[in-house]
Amino acid sequence: MSKAFYTLLLLLLLPLAAQASEGEFFITAKPTDQARLLQNWAAQPDPARLALLSALKQGRIGADDSRKVRLNNRLRGLIDNALASHQLLSEDVAVRLAAAQYLQKSAQPAQVAFLDRRLASEPDKGVKAALALALASLQLGASEPRVRLAAVRLLGETGDPQARTRLETLLEPGVESDSTVRTAAQTSLAQVERKLLIGELLGQAFSGLSLGSILLLAALGLAITFGLLGVINMAHGEMLMLGAYATYMVQVLMQRHLPGAIEFYPLVALPVAFATSGGVGMLLERTVIRHLYGRPLETLLATWGISLILIQAIRLLFGAQNVEVSNPGWLSGGLQVLPNLVLPYNRLVIIGFALAVVLLTWLLLNRTRLGLNVRAVTQNRNMAACCGVSTGRVDMLAFGLGSGIAGLGGVALSQVGNVGPDLGQSYIIDSFLVVVLGGVGQLAGSLWAAFGLGIANKLLEPQIGAVLGKILILALIILFIQKRPQGLFALKGRVID
Amino acid sequence: MKRRSLIKAVTLSAGLAAMGMSWTLQAAETIKVGILHSLSGTMAISETSLKDMALMTIDQINAKGGVNGKMLEPVVVDPASNWPLFAEKSRQLLTQDKVAVVFGCWTSVSRKSVLPVFEELNGLLFYPVQYEGEELSPNVFYTGAAPNQQAIPAVEYLMSEDGGAAKRYFLLGTDYVYPRTTNKILRAFLHSKGVADKDIEEVYTPFGHSDYQTIVANIKKFSAGGKTAVISTVNGDSNVPFYKELANQGLKATDVPVVAFSVGEEELRGIDTKPLVGHLAAWNYFESVDNPTNQRFVADWKAYAKAKNLPGADKAVTNDPMEATYVGINLWAQAAEKAQSTDVDKVREALAGQSFKAPSGYTLTMDKTNHHLHKPVMIGEIQDDGQFSVVWETEKPLRAQPWSPFIQGNDKRPDYAVKGN
Repeated sequence: MSKAFYTLLLLLLLPLAAQASEGEFFITAKPTDQARLLQNWAAQPDPARLALLSALKQGRIGADDSRKVRLNNRLRGLIDNALASHQLLSEDVAVRLAAAQYLQKSAQPAQVAFLDRRLASEPDKGVKAALALALASLQLGASEPRVRLAAVRLLGETGDPQARTRLETLLEPGVESDSTVRTAAQTSLAQVERKLLIGELLGQAFSGLSLGSILLLAALGLAITFGLLGVINMAHGEMLMLGAYATYMVQVLMQRHLPGAIEFYPLVALPVAFATSGGVGMLLERTVIRHLYGRPLETLLATWGISLILIQAIRLLFGAQNVEVSNPGWLSGGLQVLPNLVLPYNRLVIIGFALAVVLLTWLLLNRTRLGLNVRAVTQNRNMAACCGVSTGRVDMLAFGLGSGIAGLGGVALSQVGNVGPDLGQSYIIDSFLVVVLGGVGQLAGSLWAAFGLGIANKLLEPQIGAVLGKILILALIILFIQKRPQGLFALKGRVID
Repeated sequence: MKRRSLIKAVTLSAGLAAMGMSWTLQAAETIKVGILHSLSGTMAISETSLKDMALMTIDQINAKGGVNGKMLEPVVVDPASNWPLFAEKSRQLLTQDKVAVVFGCWTSVSRKSVLPVFEELNGLLFYPVQYEGEELSPNVFYTGAAPNQQAIPAVEYLMSEDGGAAKRYFLLGTDYVYPRTTNKILRAFLHSKGVADKDIEEVYTPFGHSDYQTIVANIKKFSAGGKTAVISTVNGDSNVPFYKELANQGLKATDVPVVAFSVGEEELRGIDTKPLVGHLAAWNYFESVDNPTNQRFVADWKAYAKAKNLPGADKAVTNDPMEATYVGINLWAQAAEKAQSTDVDKVREALAGQSFKAPSGYTLTMDKTNHHLHKPVMIGEIQDDGQFSVVWETEKPLRAQPWSPFIQGNDKRPDYAVKGN
């Protein structure tokens, strides 16, 4: 009686004990043994092991075990694979679907038998399809031509870049002997390639738009300070940099005082960056630039000096090293549209943001009294002054507005690139390119020029490389400016002096 | 009131005179050493910390009584990331300040710029950064890694099973001499291991390139053709947008590991490393190396950064070139002690075979003939706290091969320093 009871108890405890000891065994094993162990687990999943594998993914052997497991990339891959294969046993359809989709990329030949069993018993249609696909890439090496044929046909349905490689290997001379399978593989390959081409073209178009939106944000402030006011503002890049540093400060302060709302720090940073850059811009206008209107060469030198001063000041305050501005959760990662096309969230948001800023600036310049004054002053200063417009004040506000918009650009730039004292230097040339190409004094011109440059750059880059692409673009712009010195869009009328 | 200001003026001038006197007294007994690192311009991000590290090491040596009974007096100049200015400043250091030795340079182009000056005036330069080799001057001691002490072991690791057994290689670099030469060596090495040209892709970007969308998309496409590793010689600022793009496009280290030769703890300070866990870097030292010498080194540095109120002192990190600077200055001090002189020729002779217990945990020896340190190689994985964990290292320090056997014609080069080489 008691013997039977103990056996029962032992049996009940076994899964628990097995899990603990497996973890112990794993942590002491050599990497090669660990790899073999994980492969075995992946081929023969056991629901009791799920907790261990989830913990291993975090680098531990149990939720309450503080010891760290030393992992390398190979083991991490195998853990992911084993975990996915265990998750196929889950009750939750969504978990099973994600696992099956993961296995499409990483399934190992040893898992064929297990996947076959799961496919037969899977109740959900979507998961079943995903599993069939995961299995298909393994079945290309099956011995029966019938199975291979089905697998080849199935692979043709996907737009997965890996399917192309697998089909190409199959089509290499001497690999596939059955002629029906070969023809089917050729059809499938053509199908897959068509899908991949669509993804690639869309990807190129998107990266062109994204680069364009970044150029636009960088140049928009300059379109006002240089385009409307005519100040050759070499310190424009530093306004971008100030905006980015303002973002950094907001991030640090919110981490310290408002850790709950840290996710939304870029939104808080927008007004702060606008105010910082705008404030510095107005200060500069009042103290330096005001005295230099109508003397472009002196303005150029003075603003260049200011830019050096600002860079060195930031270097003294924050150090020469870049500071860390991290993407909040909702700006990290991307939207998987096609198997070979991911649209990163930060870039999507920036495209939208750039367009919104353009719209707001346009409204401000064309629908408000300030905008009217700015346009009046920039078009005919004396006449505006005669009509009672306080030109000095308008100059200051317009310069502040341009600088503030540059600050907004800085917030966006901090989400895709470096935040360091030299940030502005890398954008100043591009900004001038956009404004000059678009036509001085025109917002619409800058918009078209930015997107045009972005897309042209991204179309050229895969063909001739980033370095040559940049040179070619510059050469093309020089030729264009020769032909059309006023840029894409020119102000019409007699107001230009 | 008047009297008080008079007293003030008298004390002030007396104080000034005393300071001047003590300065002249001290000046007679010091040895001047030059520090030639960019403190402004694009390279300031990397080189500023080397200047501070050099000053800390000099402080430490002075605290122990200096060299040959004399204090070291650092002369810091700023060549402002301007290559010709490097040559000008080094001439100034050697002829006007008459420094005994110079510690400096980061980019290969700056080293190439000062080389003729050092050879002409018979100066002594300690160069602390990993580089492409193909150089061996009697006036330079190289305390960073040569290609066989960094690049080649890293690729061997990627080929091994633990490294992921990569079959295809994407060589990505900034467009200048170091990445191009390194990739030339690596291509020849990969060929020797049976990797075909169709499995090697070589891509360069300009300095300061910030839009990596196309390149990351290409890496993705390339990696569909088999297990791929990216070997990155991207330098400076461009690393941040590159890694950000990698993370956002969902390219994980388990799929396509990136091994970088110019990304250390200092560079990672500007990046959120959580999406980058598992990507690799190859160096000869990591801050996370666990041994008593390193613990002291790191603690000293953090204390120094705090005491001197360096920017970002609360997050101060050490890295490989900083360790190489530290080792270089100490080696020079030892050699000068041994030679009982700071004369360049005597110190050079004394440096051959000189060894020092380095923070990397190894005793590093200056080679008897080829002016390079014997160094251990370590591969580190990026952790979520911006540090590296060592996943692989050589058993003992390797001798440098400045003339890589993978470049044609190098077998005829002498293995000792010759001027104009």
